[in-house]
Amino acid sequence: MSDRPRVGVFVCHCGSNIAGHVDVAAVAEYARSLPGVVFVQRNMYTCSDAGLTEIKTAITDQGLERVVVAACTPRTHEPLFRGACREAGMNPYLFEFVNIRDQCSWVHMREPQAATRKAQDLVRMGVAKACLLQPLEEQEVPVEPAALVVGGGMIGMTAALNLANRGFDVKLVEREPELGGLLLRLDKLYPTQDDALPLVEARIAEVRRNPRIEGFTDSMLNEVKGFVGNYEVVVKDHEGRLSSFTVGAIIVATGARVFIPEGLYGYDGQRVITQLELEKRFKEREIDADRVVMIQCVGARIPERPYCSRICCTTAIKNALEIKAHRPSAEVYILYRDTETQGTRYEAYYTRAREAGIQFIRYSPERPPEVSAKRVVVYDELLGAKLGIPYDLVVLSTPLVACDGASELAQMLKVPVDEHGFFLEAHVKLRPLDFATDGVFVAGTARWPSHLEETITQAYGAAARAATILSKDHVTSSGVVAWVNEYLCRGCGACVEVCEFGASSLVQVSPGVEVARVNPVMCKGCGACASVCPTGAMTAMHFTDAQVTAMVRAALSSESMS
Amino acid sequence: MRDVLVVGGGIAGIQASLDLAEMGIQVHLVERLPSIGGRMAQLDKTFPTNDCSTCILSPKMNDCARHPNITLHTYAEVTALAGSAGDFTATVHEHPRYVDEAKCTGCGECAQKCPTKVPDAFDMGLRQRKAIYLYFPQAIPQVMTIDPDHCIYLQRGKCGVCIKTCQAEAIDFEQTAREVTLRVGAVVVSVGFDFFDPRGLTQFGYERCPNVITALEYERLISASGPTGGHLLRPSDGQPARQIGFIQCVGSRDVRYQAFCSSVCCMHSSKQAVLACEHDPEATSYVFYADFRASGKGFREYVARAEREYGVHYVRSRVARVTEDEANNPVIHYEDADTSRPARRAVDLAVLATSLIPRPDTARLAQVLGIEVDSNGFVKTEPLTPVDTTRPGVFAAGCCRGPSDIPESVVQASAAAARAASWLVD
Repeated sequence: MSDRPRVGVFVCHCGSNIAGHVDVAAVAEYARSLPGVVFVQRNMYTCSDAGLTEIKTAITDQGLERVVVAACTPRTHEPLFRGACREAGMNPYLFEFVNIRDQCSWVHMREPQAATRKAQDLVRMGVAKACLLQPLEEQEVPVEPAALVVGGGMIGMTAALNLANRGFDVKLVEREPELGGLLLRLDKLYPTQDDALPLVEARIAEVRRNPRIEGFTDSMLNEVKGFVGNYEVVVKDHEGRLSSFTVGAIIVATGARVFIPEGLYGYDGQRVITQLELEKRFKEREIDADRVVMIQCVGARIPERPYCSRICCTTAIKNALEIKAHRPSAEVYILYRDTETQGTRYEAYYTRAREAGIQFIRYSPERPPEVSAKRVVVYDELLGAKLGIPYDLVVLSTPLVACDGASELAQMLKVPVDEHGFFLEAHVKLRPLDFATDGVFVAGTARWPSHLEETITQAYGAAARAATILSKDHVTSSGVVAWVNEYLCRGCGACVEVCEFGASSLVQVSPGVEVARVNPVMCKGCGACASVCPTGAMTAMHFTDAQVTAMVRAALSSESMS
Repeated sequence: MRDVLVVGGGIAGIQASLDLAEMGIQVHLVERLPSIGGRMAQLDKTFPTNDCSTCILSPKMNDCARHPNITLHTYAEVTALAGSAGDFTATVHEHPRYVDEAKCTGCGECAQKCPTKVPDAFDMGLRQRKAIYLYFPQAIPQVMTIDPDHCIYLQRGKCGVCIKTCQAEAIDFEQTAREVTLRVGAVVVSVGFDFFDPRGLTQFGYERCPNVITALEYERLISASGPTGGHLLRPSDGQPARQIGFIQCVGSRDVRYQAFCSSVCCMHSSKQAVLACEHDPEATSYVFYADFRASGKGFREYVARAEREYGVHYVRSRVARVTEDEANNPVIHYEDADTSRPARRAVDLAVLATSLIPRPDTARLAQVLGIEVDSNGFVKTEPLTPVDTTRPGVFAAGCCRGPSDIPESVVQASAAAARAASWLVD
């Protein structure tokens, strides 16, 4: 075929890493026989300066229109080779990587002949694809250097202040009439036993003073459109007034709420109360109980709510110590399943509680405590005996649960929540504060029950993650994105449903006619949309049907089996 | 805008560097060892998703190496930090690798020919490496390092096989240490942790019984890239280990050693127990624990699955001692907390969940950096300023400030990046 582009193939020895198990000379010789290939070179290390220079020289001198490198892995080296092509004036998407180290020499170490044949097969497929590669363009979109923080508790305020102090404008939206969140309702903080209120008040004052932070209290998000760098937000206040603005990044810091134990352990809000209600009594100095029994895991670690809420053991210890501080003669019992007091600070806190004379009694869920009018009866797992403890006050430690409206907010932001209604991060290990949707982040108990120390850390962390976007003038899309042929699209919306990143949407092009459009900045090029599209209107660029079919044909073509 | 110095190239240092670099800030990442990657590089899989540790870490290491705003100083140490927040002068001592980083491609041919074998620290001494070595296969930078204590040429002036082998002409025995002076606005300390040496706790039988190993040794054994290619074989006889006992709190929650809880062991032991069963459906795992701590996201569900799907036995107990029967099987003697009676169980392999402790050089480094350590020897921080050290402009992230799991370390790293960035005003 005369219109076949001029392909250059570079085969890497990688010292002995590839050449030790694959006959590199045979692979190179074979490549020379493939249709379209006009130039073949072997390199000791294609990635070395010498190797990269050879690629660039060949592009110029040999008039190469496509470059194929058969080497280690695109995971580490594709950006390097694409860069070399770009420097030689070639569109970097006209480069194709063939992995003959991971997929040949490493996995077939003991079968050098088979490894060599497989390398030849892969090179044949790579060349077949390369002939059909198309130049692709990357798009740049400007970034609005401002952030939206949803939730005006300690976490939202801390994140907002960090960003504002670095010169970014921040819009802080709080549902309640006041900033401060759950901390306003707490008496003390653990493990220091400091008062909660001065801390919150100081932070609120700092926010109010900061000229870069605009607070919207008594307000809710009404609408969020757009994408990373350019989110268009509409906020609605309690009187229905709307405000609109554009931000580059969004931090979700909406917190959680405390589970109300209706119907459990005789909860009545009087003699059987929650830890949060106990904090209220502390604040109002209305605590006069000589015998207090606290029950842990009330409504937690049960089949319908199997998780541990992380903060309840330390909360119980805090409040037990507070009772002891007010009334040293008081007897305080904590009935627990496992003491969740990890790390250096909280294990020491647990020790301090035991030294203060607080009694810890382990119960098992098979034999839970029973609360009668006068006594709590519990089977002590360590003693192996039933104990009856008379009480003045029973305090139930209940878990944090997802805040009301979390799922509506998640829908508006196109981010997921987990089975418990907590926001679900992009990767539980290495992207704990990111959503899969670029430019949206999460911090605090909206994500998972966390200690105050941890939520403050997350607030700073989310601010850093947001700043990585806000610090840039532009966000750049990859060239490898999905593309819609609007003549073939019938607007069924299958691509919109399947897209994890919210990149595909339907737009009306004429009355009654909708077609899909892909936002290249949001698209990750995963191809999920292309595979569900019933009409073939959606194409995953760089992995087009024609390109992949050519590879499959090449893989199956017997004439080239060497 | 001033640069930032990040000390320690594990996952915390990597994340802090990437966040700062993506904010447009120049970062100097200093790592004591020949490669970044830290402890996470030594792990096989990670809880609660069982993601392959290297597979998720390696792209981040590569991002660090490639980032135009990050300068790597591997095999190097910080020796001084003068000045004050916003305007520090740091001195970095770079050890000679005796290999030209610009020329070496990490192909490893020199190591194949090198005649000297040394226990491989990355693999916990469970296999040998050569005197010239790549720290681990995915090391960043991908360059060889010559171990000056074991290289025959450096010790006795002869050999030089590597010089003859290296086609890139990268071997350079004339290389000397370098002092680099860096002006930085802020510092992030992320030097990580060490594991408590269980030899002092003789009752657990480490060293006395060949089939008693530590949790990190177990990670290397079960790793596909480890010394046994991922087969869980007993050190004493190379036979597959099918009954495995995991002993928790070895050195932790014990006032004579570490009063604190090491935070991550309940979960990493659960993961290890699950992995044993995944590798070998006939394997049975027992976890001997005091309080089971699993309050992180998805942790309780993971433990429930370990019990239900993999039949992991969780035994609430206190282990008194480990003895050995005639077949080298460790015998775990314990008090069963459910029956309050002594009991014992013979296993093929016993794995000790040893405490996470400060690195032995943390105190010295703290002195160099002018920061305080807490009563446990970790870098001192306060609950309401969790990543601030006692010296303004110096921040801490990861296990050097106390035991933390991977996501916690990553969050702390991002937080330290945010705090550090606020000191970089022009």
